[in-house]
Amino acid sequence: MAQPLFIGPSLALSAILFSIGVAGVLLRRNAIIVFMCVEIMLNAVNLAFIALAQLHGVGGQILVLFVMTVAAAEAAVGLAIILAIFRHRQSVDLKNINLLKG
Amino acid sequence: MTSFVFYLFAVAAVIGAVLCVVQRSAVASAMWLMSTMFSLAALFILLQAELLGILQILVYVGAVLVLFLFVVMLLNLDTVGRDMRGPAGTGAAIAIGGLLLVELIALWRYTPQRIADELAQAPNAMSAMMPTGSSVQAAVAERGVVGAIAAPMFQTYLIPFEITSLLLLTALVGAVVLAKRRI
Repeated sequence: MAQPLFIGPSLALSAILFSIGVAGVLLRRNAIIVFMCVEIMLNAVNLAFIALAQLHGVGGQILVLFVMTVAAAEAAVGLAIILAIFRHRQSVDLKNINLLKG
Repeated sequence: MTSFVFYLFAVAAVIGAVLCVVQRSAVASAMWLMSTMFSLAALFILLQAELLGILQILVYVGAVLVLFLFVVMLLNLDTVGRDMRGPAGTGAAIAIGGLLLVELIALWRYTPQRIADELAQAPNAMSAMMPTGSSVQAAVAERGVVGAIAAPMFQTYLIPFEITSLLLLTALVGAVVLAKRRI
């Protein structure tokens, strides 16, 4: 039986990717690139799930399937919102989207 | 050899993610994101999740990324100017990201062995927090790569699975309602 592989390095890589995603969300104002950074974060979490699934059974892998589904749904709805906003404002720059700002 | 492959794809994933964040053009960002997704798919396969590696390529690269590129091209966004935040915003973003990284790496001390040791002292907590289950290897040997995931998915996780289908239906309707000019 194969030993669980690379659990520590995988979790470290997951942490690095998640932090890059967070920094990207804060760094960029282009709404589409912000969405891409969110996808990076979701993928980092998936990596952690899969690394630990080697120890704790296939439940983690099934959870990754659910995360993928939710990510696909989120991308579809989010991009539809971006389309709607672009139609009103001719821009996807988050600087211009401040209607709810007090 | 396996280590070499792992670290190769790990470095590729990090480089792709960094370049995805710093690229000015949205299309270039999407392409670097694709490189990250491919590297992660390779890592999934290396980590004994072959089915999810394939699904990663099918779902993320095949569907989600194409959706991103479609929107970029529909809106002709590739010509927008620089959208990075100013120096203060950039510094804050890097500081917050770095702080989060330090926090997450600090969890390093909690190795799986240490968690197992601590949970072993409280046997009741162990069954509640971490169902050990049968190992992935044993399940794969018994049912095959797809069956190892499919069987628990339609038995133990049947209700979450059905709720996911509802979520997808809602997202479908929501996306059409939001994106259509007049319904």
